[in-house]
Amino acid sequence: MTAQGERLPPPTVSLGPSTWLRENLFNSWYNAVLTVVLALILGWLAIRVGEWATTTARWGVVTANLRLFLIGLYPADQAGRVWLSLTALSALAGLSAAVWRGAAVRTLAFWLAAAQALLAGLAAVSELGLAVTFALLLNVAIAWTAFAVGLRLPVPRPALAIAWLAFVPVALVLLAGVGGPLPVVATNLWGGLLLTFLLAIVGIVLSFPFGVLLALGRRSDLPAIRLLSTAYIEIIRGVPLVTILFMAAVMLPLFLPGEIRVEHVVRAMAGITLFSAAYVAENVRGGLQAIPSGQVEAAHALGLNALQTNLYIVLPQALRSVIPANVGLFISLLKDTTLVTIGAGLLEILGIGRAVLAQSEWFGAQLEVYAFIAAVFFVMCYTMSQASYRLETALGVGQR
Amino acid sequence: MDDETIGADAIIVCRDVHKWFGKLHVLRGIDLTVRAGEVVVIFGASGSGKSTFIRTINRLEDHQRGQIFVDGIELTDDIRNVAAVRSEIGMVFQQFNLFPHLTALQNVTLGPIRVRKVPRQRAEQAAMELLERVGIPEQAHKYPAQLSGGQQQRVAIARALAMQPKIMLFDEPTSALDPEMISEVLDVMRELAGSGMTMLCVTHEMGFARAVANRMVFIDEGRIVEVGPPQQIFEAPQHERTRRFLSQILH
Repeated sequence: MTAQGERLPPPTVSLGPSTWLRENLFNSWYNAVLTVVLALILGWLAIRVGEWATTTARWGVVTANLRLFLIGLYPADQAGRVWLSLTALSALAGLSAAVWRGAAVRTLAFWLAAAQALLAGLAAVSELGLAVTFALLLNVAIAWTAFAVGLRLPVPRPALAIAWLAFVPVALVLLAGVGGPLPVVATNLWGGLLLTFLLAIVGIVLSFPFGVLLALGRRSDLPAIRLLSTAYIEIIRGVPLVTILFMAAVMLPLFLPGEIRVEHVVRAMAGITLFSAAYVAENVRGGLQAIPSGQVEAAHALGLNALQTNLYIVLPQALRSVIPANVGLFISLLKDTTLVTIGAGLLEILGIGRAVLAQSEWFGAQLEVYAFIAAVFFVMCYTMSQASYRLETALGVGQR
Repeated sequence: MDDETIGADAIIVCRDVHKWFGKLHVLRGIDLTVRAGEVVVIFGASGSGKSTFIRTINRLEDHQRGQIFVDGIELTDDIRNVAAVRSEIGMVFQQFNLFPHLTALQNVTLGPIRVRKVPRQRAEQAAMELLERVGIPEQAHKYPAQLSGGQQQRVAIARALAMQPKIMLFDEPTSALDPEMISEVLDVMRELAGSGMTMLCVTHEMGFARAVANRMVFIDEGRIVEVGPPQQIFEAPQHERTRRFLSQILH
């Protein structure tokens, strides 16, 4: 019996591994049997996969074609330009991770550096050789240096934002070239992981604001805007992405005057962006509907007009609550970039994989190629979902 | 009846206000005049239209017939009139309606910074003074989810006061609170009334009404049944419905 007002410490529970095993896996006879059986099955699978991966697998298909997988048909002698844009990206990412201090930004920057380190290791055992290894490791070093610099020096935030905005056209010019000292590289030569990355980034960054505008338009009081937004969303959602890519590749030149040539890559980016925006719009609309009407009433009672109410009260709450849904959408978008192989005739990483397999010397090496591509996608998608999880925690999604 | 004569210091004038929700006739000819500095308590059964009525004063609900004047400005569909009226009225809701993604301080400073373009430093200073006035300056950097109901409602009152309104509307401010937190909110409202603010309160707190109200208005089925000072309403109600309602709530 405790005395009046006396507080006791909680009972101590031993949390050693043997206790955990006993309580979770072996707590009754049938659980124990299940545990043993599953352990045997998983162990056998692991051994078989491990055996295959280390002995009979022909990883040469990956290492011998690594440049194709990474940058597609981009000319090998110009590949240094790709590396240069990666360097700039790494530096900006490292700096942003220090200055913006968000958990999501740090996760993304960290994985950019880690992925380059992994690729550096892979390059060392491949046809690319140690030069590429050192180049990639140099990028990692630059990223960490930028991070350290950002922590110590006061970097003005507007300057960083302008640097990012300037990076986009600079990187595009660097990759595409303008002739003279920087030879033009036609965009249909861009391929592999470079193309996947580019299509995904552009698709995500452009479809998000467009989708938010569509969602607001669908809930607008003005009938014309509401009709246009609804029609756009329903038509796009009714059609597979492949057909949109086909139409973008074939029909876009028909609509534009003959002098304007739209690059294939731009058509693919347009198709992906237009497609994704409709889905983002529906996610955001769900978030907007979940905002209690009292929030808007309180905002109006304070004197905030419609724009201010949306900007400061409604959208911050709505967008915050649909982060899980939207990031899921973006992860799907990343994987849907594989469709440009069919729809737009470009060779992103999966298309390169199939082209590599068509070579006679690598005939039959499907498992190795697809395992590698799956691993690449897994690293990228897992990074995104981790960044999303940290962002949710930082913003208090589901807690306030 | 004094709500027929429009005095020079009448700050709210409602003439024959009707409102329909679709086919439902919710307000059936409300006539009311409120003078500056007056505290008016509106009470009635649920569904009687009392909340709808005070929401028409700051155009959270529109009215289909009749006229409403706030400080001389008529409430019409013209958004400039509506904006002008809303800048003079502060409202406190039953469900608090605090912005959950902002701290208490940010909730209070949002209006002044964005609507009145007050510089951030001055807005935060004024906000801290208001939070002190309602008794919770130490909660300034907490989010609404971390505050108790009584604290949230007091932040809501501070938020409304930050816009320096001439009129404060209260829509059942204590109905969603646990009993022990009701008195802390009523104390703030009492102090506000004592400082000369014009207040229109929809509430069931009869003790508060008796102590603080200048006039009480009984609304039933969309009509004003009886108006008078608390003394008259409690001790000598003139209508049967008023007597019946009071006997139901004063048990």
